[in-house]
Amino acid sequence: MPKKLAKGKKAAEPKPAANAAIEEIPISVQVNGKPHSLSVEPRTLLVEFLRENLDLTGTHVGCDTTYCGACTVVMNGAAVKSCTMFAVQADGAEILTVEGLEKDGQLHPIQKAFGDSYGLQCGYCTPGLMLSAFQLLSRNRQPSEKDIRKAIAGNTCRCTGYQNIFKAIESAAQNMKGV
Amino acid sequence: MSPEGDKKNWVGKPLPRKEENRLLRGRGKFADDIKMREMLYLRFVRSPYAHAKIVSVDVSAAEAVPGVVCTLTGAEVAPQVQPFIEIAPDPGGKIKDYALAVSKVRYQGEPVAAVMAESPGIADDAAELVQVEYEALDPVVDAEEALKDASILHEEAGTNRVWNGVFEYGDVEKALKEAASVVSIDRLHFHRFSSTPLENNVVIAQWNPKDERIYYWCNNSFPSFAIQFLSAHLNVHIDRIRVETSDIGGSFGIKITSYPQMAVCALASKKAGGRPIKWVETRSEHITSSAHGNERTFRDTRVALDKDGVITAIASRHIDDCGAYPRYEPLGCVIWSQVFPGVYRFKNARIDFTQTVTNKCPVGPNRGYSRMQHLWFLERVVDICAHELGIPADEMRLRNYIRPEEFPYTTPNGCVYDSGNYPKMLQVAKGLIGWDDWKKKQAAARKEGHLIGLGIGTTLDSGTNNFGQSQIVNPGAPFSGNSQGANCKLDIYGEVVVAVGSCPQGQGHETTAAQVVADVLNIHPDLITVRTGFDTERNVHTGFSGTYASQFAVSGLSAVHGAAQKLKAEMKRLAAFVLETQEDDIEFGTGAQGPELRAKSTGKSINYWGLANIVNVNSAVLPVEMHDVTLNCRYIWRAPFKVPDKVRKYGNLTLTYASQLHIAVVEIDRDTFIPHILDYVAVDDCGTVINPPIVEGQVYGATAHGIGAALMESCVYDAVGNMLTSTFSDYTPITAVNMPKVKYGHIETPSPHSYSGAKGMGEGGAAPIHTISAALQDALFAEGIIVDDSFNNADSLFRAMVGKEIGQVGKLVKLERRAQ
Repeated sequence: MPKKLAKGKKAAEPKPAANAAIEEIPISVQVNGKPHSLSVEPRTLLVEFLRENLDLTGTHVGCDTTYCGACTVVMNGAAVKSCTMFAVQADGAEILTVEGLEKDGQLHPIQKAFGDSYGLQCGYCTPGLMLSAFQLLSRNRQPSEKDIRKAIAGNTCRCTGYQNIFKAIESAAQNMKGV
Repeated sequence: MSPEGDKKNWVGKPLPRKEENRLLRGRGKFADDIKMREMLYLRFVRSPYAHAKIVSVDVSAAEAVPGVVCTLTGAEVAPQVQPFIEIAPDPGGKIKDYALAVSKVRYQGEPVAAVMAESPGIADDAAELVQVEYEALDPVVDAEEALKDASILHEEAGTNRVWNGVFEYGDVEKALKEAASVVSIDRLHFHRFSSTPLENNVVIAQWNPKDERIYYWCNNSFPSFAIQFLSAHLNVHIDRIRVETSDIGGSFGIKITSYPQMAVCALASKKAGGRPIKWVETRSEHITSSAHGNERTFRDTRVALDKDGVITAIASRHIDDCGAYPRYEPLGCVIWSQVFPGVYRFKNARIDFTQTVTNKCPVGPNRGYSRMQHLWFLERVVDICAHELGIPADEMRLRNYIRPEEFPYTTPNGCVYDSGNYPKMLQVAKGLIGWDDWKKKQAAARKEGHLIGLGIGTTLDSGTNNFGQSQIVNPGAPFSGNSQGANCKLDIYGEVVVAVGSCPQGQGHETTAAQVVADVLNIHPDLITVRTGFDTERNVHTGFSGTYASQFAVSGLSAVHGAAQKLKAEMKRLAAFVLETQEDDIEFGTGAQGPELRAKSTGKSINYWGLANIVNVNSAVLPVEMHDVTLNCRYIWRAPFKVPDKVRKYGNLTLTYASQLHIAVVEIDRDTFIPHILDYVAVDDCGTVINPPIVEGQVYGATAHGIGAALMESCVYDAVGNMLTSTFSDYTPITAVNMPKVKYGHIETPSPHSYSGAKGMGEGGAAPIHTISAALQDALFAEGIIVDDSFNNADSLFRAMVGKEIGQVGKLVKLERRAQ
């Protein structure tokens, strides 16, 4: 990972910078309501930027090939797989990660529903699934079972067999009525 | 230890999981989340060949890349280490296994060298510059071909055969001679797949020159096994290896076998002067070179049946393919025999079992490890016999099931099935799916040309194994029994803190352990902290500690319960002294000042803070005769096993036998050959339940793994050992659009073998694989097809139905009826 991070300033490098030849590109993004302006290598993936540069480790990597959705975040209102985007492509965007779901220490109804429905086991896929559910429920407050299945078709869970995830999203939709 | 005084306030209740608070907020701590000062990133250089001689490895171009700190090759590592321990006796025992290939590569994806750099990107770039010259050798990808020894993987062993043994009980020949009918099945095959946990393997290692200790932060799921292998391999005292795990993103057994990569990371750290080394596996690395489940071929099966279709004997030859290196094997060569007769009553059997290496990824324990292959085989046998004899699948099972009144049931090979009620499970499952209705619909649909099948799969999830079974594969193996450790204490300010030697990956151990302790102390589970993950420094592990083999409910919770009971006894003694009364006058509860102990006679009480205060920081008030009270209680639970009879291959190999019975209704599309699940039921019995939604969740998860494996997930190799399914896009793990709604049912037959009546149940016994095979066969039997493979998709069904290439009953099955 590039070592020069903090607020666009070059951090002191004790060793010769291995990536000195690679020109870094400044980007500005708003993540969970907080603005960040940093420089990144062009090849830095959005998920790497979130995890390594911003220390938002709730977003995970599961497959590297856009199948599993463990890296799903919401960018400008749309669920995207952050392992399949460069950080530079997110320049100027508003991003929501799992860390931004709760408000003032109160769980978001989707988080609460996942917990109440036993919709997670190891918890590795859960942030991505909740953000796909977030996109679904922000567009469709009364999703059918088919809508739910389609909305999370790109999120692999290897623990739950999806049954309690279906229940969680149905129950979140109920709880979000009128919100 | 008797469960003296346990309340039943929490065990058995649907307590929300304690783990959720951090996991739902994105605050879980997974191994890849850890960053350390001066950390380097490791990238492996891997073999593109399945079988080749290594002529040369040139790392100079990689080392010249700015930011690369060092490299490692097999030739450099070999003199520094001992080859890994082999569990097999000779010839398998002669195999020399190193974490980096030394003189040849034996599977595609085998690590040949490692590059350590300041960033993952630099390590990736530099790894591509490592020049390896190979000389290709003949690859062997088929197990039966491998046994011909035309191309040998491990010259030092002289053969590809790792292990062979005959498991024979009763009088098979007599039963075959006296049978009313004999069904012969030429070949059945259980495919390779992997439960592919969503989090890949991750290792951070530091060989610290300051204290000459090796520190690991990783997601290995059986650390006490890993340190036994690493200590011998690296020639480092086992006490100088510390392993910590935290949250783990699934394992399903696969992460047991990450010790070779752990070894490389430690050696790399040593070479880099003690800088921590981080290795984060990619998904393709995981699928090509982590571990697969065992592939097994069943040849020359002969089944003796009486006039009523009751199986009296089975004789068969089983060939297990363990891939390029045995690693955890050949334990799988005996572990299947935990469920030797499955759920059936036959007494006579002879299984000739052989394991071979092939030029494929090494296998490792994979959810349902080694038993599911055998249980699938038995279910195939039962269904094929039923079809040949014209007996309905449900009726065939009822005639052959072990009966409820026969428990505890001793199997022909000496295993003791603790409890169960298979006919009742069948009844519950039939009721839930509407069996009779589906039968009618099926008959009507068949008239219209639809291919609909109903299948039943009955399976066992044997838990808490007797490691003495390792002596059946290797009489010199120094393992037997099973144990687990736990610690329960009042910390200095009176907090209840529990540690246990497991490393859960979503099974809710923090929650269920708190439920058990809450009942012992009669307090709310919220007042109990259960440590997350595993740490050798907590001193609660034994050589068996980890999370694997469906056992926490028995081994883990028995250890926790034992430790809590010890703590409770000490607290009671101390409280009786302080409150100037007798121990039997003390009751546990919660008062105005939190959890406390009260004298019933006087109403005087002391809270946990008060007790902890006396022992930890106010000990002058403690009389000498109470100096043994520490309120810090370690307990080691040991399973009541004996060493099995190695010659007869006889003895109890597992403590509990959870069971599951599934029914599926499957339709095969006439035009596309795609199989669709129309209805699905899963019924489980894991004895007394600690937390019902956690159990239900495990059942659903195992069901998804099984359905995925049956229809979608297969590790496919071409004829020269190229892996064709090395990404998720090719391997296609089951998704929310493929997974049917599962109707869930439950019965409870408490185990007499565990203190609580619970049975371990995490693996699920791969019931869907048996069930879907059975349903497909029911749909296709009239077409002259039997399901001879555990993996079936549109392609294989097309090849069977149109191409007539596979599954042809006339070629595979023979029925011989005898005049009686």
